[in-house]
Amino acid sequence: MTSSPGLMLSRIALRLNGRMLLAVDHAVAPGTVLTVMGPSGVGKSSLLAFLGGFLAPAFEAEGCVFLNGEDMTTVPAERRRMGLLFQDALLFPHLSVGENLLFGLAEDVSGRQARRRAALAMLERMGLSGLYHRDPATLSGGQQARVALARTLLSEPRALLLDEPFSRLDQERRADMRHLVFGLARERTIPAVLVTHDPEDAAAAGGPIIEIGTDA
Amino acid sequence: MTQRAFSRGVGLAFALLFSAPVAAGLVGVALPAFGHLPVLGYEGWSVEPFRRLAAMPGLAASVALSLAAGLATTLLSVLAVAAFVAGAFDTRAMRAGGRALGPLLAVPHAAAAFGLAFLIAPSGLIFRLLAVILGWDRPPDLLIVGDPLGLAMMAGLIVKEMPFLLLVALAALPQLDARRQLHLARSLGYGRLSAFMLGVWPSLYRQIRLPVLAVAAYASSVVDVALILGPSTPAPLAVRILEWMNDADLSLRLAASAGALLQLGVTLIVLLAWLGIERLGRVLSRAFVARGRRMAGEGALPALSLLPMMLAAATVLLSLVLLALWSFAGFWRFPDLLPPNFSLTAWERTLRAARGPLWTTAEAGLLAAAIALIVVVVLLEAHRRAYPVRPGDSALPTTVSAVVYLPLLVPQIAFLFGLRVAALSFGLSPSLGTLVAAHLLFVLPYVALSLSGPWAALDPRYERIGASLGRGRAALFFRLRLPLLLAPVLAAFAIGFSVSVGQYLPTVIIGAGRLPTVTTEAVALASGGDRRLVGAMALLQTVLPLIAFGLATALPVLLYRNRRAMRSS
Repeated sequence: MTSSPGLMLSRIALRLNGRMLLAVDHAVAPGTVLTVMGPSGVGKSSLLAFLGGFLAPAFEAEGCVFLNGEDMTTVPAERRRMGLLFQDALLFPHLSVGENLLFGLAEDVSGRQARRRAALAMLERMGLSGLYHRDPATLSGGQQARVALARTLLSEPRALLLDEPFSRLDQERRADMRHLVFGLARERTIPAVLVTHDPEDAAAAGGPIIEIGTDA
Repeated sequence: MTQRAFSRGVGLAFALLFSAPVAAGLVGVALPAFGHLPVLGYEGWSVEPFRRLAAMPGLAASVALSLAAGLATTLLSVLAVAAFVAGAFDTRAMRAGGRALGPLLAVPHAAAAFGLAFLIAPSGLIFRLLAVILGWDRPPDLLIVGDPLGLAMMAGLIVKEMPFLLLVALAALPQLDARRQLHLARSLGYGRLSAFMLGVWPSLYRQIRLPVLAVAAYASSVVDVALILGPSTPAPLAVRILEWMNDADLSLRLAASAGALLQLGVTLIVLLAWLGIERLGRVLSRAFVARGRRMAGEGALPALSLLPMMLAAATVLLSLVLLALWSFAGFWRFPDLLPPNFSLTAWERTLRAARGPLWTTAEAGLLAAAIALIVVVVLLEAHRRAYPVRPGDSALPTTVSAVVYLPLLVPQIAFLFGLRVAALSFGLSPSLGTLVAAHLLFVLPYVALSLSGPWAALDPRYERIGASLGRGRAALFFRLRLPLLLAPVLAAFAIGFSVSVGQYLPTVIIGAGRLPTVTTEAVALASGGDRRLVGAMALLQTVLPLIAFGLATALPVLLYRNRRAMRSS
C-alpha cells in the first residue's frame, strides 16, 4: 500500500504537552485534494507543518508520511518538494516579482536566459504579464496570491500543502484562486492537502473531507 | 536533537568564555583588597587595605555621590522616556524622535559631556545670552561644571541615557500589542497618558528592564563623564579608585582594590534600591487602577510630557554645534555669542596628534563590532534552529542571557584592573588584540540587545516557504534571513562600533596608556582647558560613530529603494 503513488498519511498522531491534537490516517491520490476541516486552534496547521517537515520540537508526532511510496518522515524540508501556500502570499519583500519566481524555479532549469524565460512564461500563464520587475508590495492581494502560486509551481512540487490559502482574498478572487489551484493539482496530477474552516473551500476542492477537533 | 546539543554547546562555551574575564577581574581585585599582591611584595591576608580606604578623606561624600548619580540618573531618564513614549505614541513626534535617535546615540558620552560644559559653564552659551541681555561684561563667579553635588555630571549622564532608553523602548514596542491595548483603555474612558501608563507601560517596562539596570550600574560607577563634568572635592568613588590605582605610591594599589570592592557594593545597593523603586511604581500603578481614576481631562499634559526628551535632544545637538564652533574659533571673548574670527589651528594640531589614535579607534571598533556581530548571529541562529521562538520569547539560550549582560551590571572599575593583572600574569601585554577583547565585553551585550528582538520577530514562514521550494540552509540564511534583516543587522553593527569608540575605562586600563584612542585623548584634555582642542577632539570622537550610523541607515534605504515592504519594517 505504501508503494502507491500520491501522498500517504500513515497513522499520524500529533500531541502537545501530552494532549492529543489530532489523528489522521488517509491516502491522497494524485490529482485529488484532501480537505482537513476543523475550528481554529485544533492543530490543522501543525498537521501541515508535520507533512512539510517544519513541526516545532515541542510537538510529539507519531506516524509516517509517504510521497509516491517514499518515506518522507525524516527527510529535511528542502528535499521533500512539497509546495506550501499560506493565507498570506509571503512574497519575499526584498526581491522583485521576477526574483521571487527565480528563487522558486527548480535548479535543473539552468542558464540565465532559460531561467528568465521560464519565469516569464509562468507569469503570462497566471495572467500577470509585465509584472516581472515590480516590487511585490505594489501588487494587489489577488496578484500577490497568484505570484505565490507561480513561485510554488516553478519549484516542481510533488505535493501541495495549502494552509487556508484563500481566506484573505475577497469573494471574487477567492473563486478564481480555488479554480486555479485545484485545477493545477489535477492537471499536474499531484496530491494536495488543504486545511480550512470554510465549507465552500471543501466543496470546491471536490475531494474527501475529514473533520478534526469537532468533538473537543 | 543534534541541533539542540549544538545550541547548548555553543551557549555553554560562550557563557564560560564570556564570564571568565569578569570573574578573573573580580578575583584580581579581591586578592589585593585583602592584602595579597605578591608582585609588589605583599603576601598574606589583612584588612589593612580597607582600613586605609576608610581613612581616605571625603570617602563618605564620594560614596554618596556615586549612589545619588546612579539613582537620580536612572529615575529621571526612565521617567522622561515613559512620559515621551506615552505622550508621543502613534503621533508624528514618535517618528521624529525615532529619526533623531541615530545622531543622538552616535555622540559618545565624553563628547556630549564636553558639549554640555560649553553650554552651561559660567562662560558658556547660556550665560553669554544672559550677559548680552543683562549687560554683563564678565562671566559670573559660579561653580557649575564640577559642582560639589554632581548636578552637572548627572545632567550629562541623563541627556545621554535618555536617547539610549528611548531606543530600547522603541525597539520593544512592536513586540507588544500596544496600539490595541491603548485603544481599549481609552475606550474605557482613560485619558491618553493614563491609558498608556496604566495599560501599556508595565509590559513595556518589563521588556526594557535590563537596559535600565545597566544604566543604573553605569551611572553609579561612571568615570569619563565624571572627569569632565563631575566634582573633584571629592570626586565620585570610581574616579578616586582610578586615581589611586595610577598613583606613583604603589602601596595605594591595595586600598584602591578595596575601593573597587566598595564600588561593587555601592552599585549593588543602587541596583537593589532600584528594584525597590520598581516595586513602589507597581504598587502605585495598581492603586490607580483599583480606584478607577480616569484622569481624562489632560489638557496640555500630553504635549508637556514630550518636553524633557526634546530638551535632552536639543541639548545634545546644541552641544555638537558648540563643539564645532569652538574647534574653529579664533579668539572668542565673553560675552560674544559667536567667535569674531575663525582659525584652523586647533584642527591642524588635533589631526596631526590624533592620526594614530584615530586609526586605533577605528580598527578596534570595526574588529570588536564585527566579532560581536558574528558571535551573536551564531548564538541566535543556533538557538533558533534548536528551539523555534515566537516573537517576545527570549531569542538567546538561558546560559547566554544569564552572562551576556554581566559586564554591563558589574561596574567596570571593579573588575578591569583585576583583569589587567590577570592578563599580564598570562603573559598578555597590551596590544590591539587585548584591547579588542576588552571592548568585546561591552560591545557584545549591546549587539545582542539590539539584534535579538528582530531576529526572533522575522516571520518564520518565509524560511518555510524557501525550504519547501527546495532551498538548503545556507541559501535560506544568506538569501532570505540576512537580506530581510539587513537594517537591524547593520544597526547592531553601528551600535557595537559606537560603543567601542566611546569606551574610556577599558581603553586606559587594558591599553595601559599604550593604545590611545580619540576617546582617551579627548578625556585627557578635560584638565587642560583649551576649548579649541577639546572641541576638535570631541568632534573627531563623534565623527566615527556618526559615519557608522549614517551608513547603517542609508544602505538599506538605498539597496531597497524600490521595495516598499522593506521600508516600513
